[in-house]
Amino acid sequence: MTTPAQPPNETADGTPLTGDELLVVDGLQKYFPITRGIIFQKQIAAVQAVDGVTFTVNEGETLGVVGESGCGKSTMARCVMKLLEPTGGRILFRGRDITNLSRSAMRPYRREMMMIFQDPYASLNPRKRVGFIVAEALELHKLGTQAEIKRRVQELLEVVGLNPEHYNRFPHEFSGGQRQRIGIARALAVNPKLIVCDEPVSALDVSVQAQVLNLLKDLQRDFNLTFIFIAHDLNVVRYISDRVLVMYLGQIVESGDRNNLYDSPQHPYTGALLSAVPVADPEVSRGRQRIVLEGDVPSPINPPKACRFHPRCPRFVEGRCDVEPPELVLRGAAAPDHLTRCHYPLERWPLTVDEMRRREEAPAAAASEG
Amino acid sequence: MPLLEVKDLKTYFATGDGVVKAVDGVSFSIEKGQTLGIVGESGSGKSVTCLTIMGLNPKRRTTSTGEALFNGEDLLKASPSRLREIRGNDIAMIFQDPMTSLNPVHTVGTQLVEAVTLHRNVSRGQAKKRALELLKQVGIPRAERRIDDYPHQFSGGMRQRVMIAMALINDPDLLIADEPTTALDVTTQAQILTLIEKLQSDYDSAVIMITHDLGVIAEIADDVVVMYAAEVVEKSPVDRIFKKPHHPYTWGLMGSLPRLDADLERLTQIPGQPPSLLRPPAGCRFNPRCAYVMDVCRTKAPPLEPVRGDATHLQACHLDEETKDREAARLLHMFASGAA
Repeated sequence: MTTPAQPPNETADGTPLTGDELLVVDGLQKYFPITRGIIFQKQIAAVQAVDGVTFTVNEGETLGVVGESGCGKSTMARCVMKLLEPTGGRILFRGRDITNLSRSAMRPYRREMMMIFQDPYASLNPRKRVGFIVAEALELHKLGTQAEIKRRVQELLEVVGLNPEHYNRFPHEFSGGQRQRIGIARALAVNPKLIVCDEPVSALDVSVQAQVLNLLKDLQRDFNLTFIFIAHDLNVVRYISDRVLVMYLGQIVESGDRNNLYDSPQHPYTGALLSAVPVADPEVSRGRQRIVLEGDVPSPINPPKACRFHPRCPRFVEGRCDVEPPELVLRGAAAPDHLTRCHYPLERWPLTVDEMRRREEAPAAAASEG
Repeated sequence: MPLLEVKDLKTYFATGDGVVKAVDGVSFSIEKGQTLGIVGESGSGKSVTCLTIMGLNPKRRTTSTGEALFNGEDLLKASPSRLREIRGNDIAMIFQDPMTSLNPVHTVGTQLVEAVTLHRNVSRGQAKKRALELLKQVGIPRAERRIDDYPHQFSGGMRQRVMIAMALINDPDLLIADEPTTALDVTTQAQILTLIEKLQSDYDSAVIMITHDLGVIAEIADDVVVMYAAEVVEKSPVDRIFKKPHHPYTWGLMGSLPRLDADLERLTQIPGQPPSLLRPPAGCRFNPRCAYVMDVCRTKAPPLEPVRGDATHLQACHLDEETKDREAARLLHMFASGAA
């Protein structure tokens, strides 16, 4: 539970910090205990939902987080928002360690980080009017008189493309896309710096999804917002993000600039994900081969040893991948901020499954692991 | 003769607010071994079309007209007992949500065996052998042991495999898959699509794939039907529609899709919401959202007609050919120039 004291200017794994980062997440862990017994509860195991996640977010950028269900991306987001207490690691917001702040000490920071949720049907209270839902944070933080708050709410509704006169309506009177706009207005109300979007468009139809994605981009430009954008749809993440993290079983397996990561993925899991996404072009999709992974994502209660992807990996090497855990570092000829957690990164892209299995003994890859 | 021919299918639901025209004059046909993709947004009538064909709509307050000829037999006129014979035997369906479409209080083995014994005069032992064979075919590891498990012991992808095994257990001629991969992760989706393709080539079944994902359509469909507000707005072989989409709604769908293979600055968005099917707009139903709307669109519904020089590509839009050529070319150019 204890975090060793870190020098403020570098993360646990030694990445230097400039002090200008908006958010630093350093070695974040979240374990959920599994207990047995009713009165005398004894912990028998833990779900290792997030296990040692380190990344930084700069002001004004969008960090995309992709991964399949159960990879820990939502838990990670909830820890960053301090909606869950992290088990280990630390979170720095504007250089200040907010990991162990009390509820009241946390309050000023709550104004600066807001969240947009996945399900526009479940995340709005059906018994409250839209005006109240959007105004609630303003009232909690005592930002203005009743009249000022009302004016601000109407302004916000207009910003997100809703009719300001719909102030007095209830959530059920709106469609899914409009509800998601209400959720966005609520997040914007207190002028936050950072907005964590947890699958904000996955419940929406494509045409409505495009409206919401464009709206988020416009708002970012107009209000200099910083987004952490969590999604399982790789197409959406490519469109909206500047940098991308790929998560698998509670760890980051690859991170880098959007174009580098999508055009020359290094981790076999990223490759498999990219090849699995259907491309809306019959000529392209006929000419390529899906890399179909075997089986399901293993249980995070007892994750595979060493590299967590090794039981499903097409280029698994016995005696290395199941023994020696790979670090998330720069490998081979990748761009400087393109990090990969793999002993045998992909030499080029695209590859077929067979080419992936027949990994080339790339000297560059071996050298970087030292 | 096509395996299934749907002619002018209409399904109306009487509700307290009025008549909802959920499907309003839909026609298409499908041959053996072919895959037909039906694409559209929520509420466009794609699922109701298939439920009507299967005779699965509630009896009360529903009117279905038109024809659905399956091997020449009109399913809309078939008796309930005849439909029960056909369902699960000649036509099978995979539903979107694998969590709710299996019975939680029976083992998957029992449910699979029931599917066989309902239609075949075989012993339970033989049926179980068949069930085991199918579970292996859809790639369930240790099928001998898993057959006695309950649905909750399977993951989402595994449950969808069980559903597919159940759908295929009687070698159906037609498989209707209603968003079979929407609830699944991409890698699981890839597994399931590969599986459907393989089983289709093994059994030469026809597949109707209902989806909102143009990517899935491009991967596995031979023909595409685009539905909007209970009507077919465009119908074509898959290559043609992606090479030259003809309807402004299809342009909107393609333009609003973020793409893995292109770096788009901004998505084209279709403004507004799909219309209510209680009171659909007069004329072309897409006219309130269409950027190319003309006066005629507000009064006269465009017929579904072949495009010039291509009898297999149908579309329902009043716009002239030149505008369509220009706009389709502009859209494709946008994708090509954004491609990395």
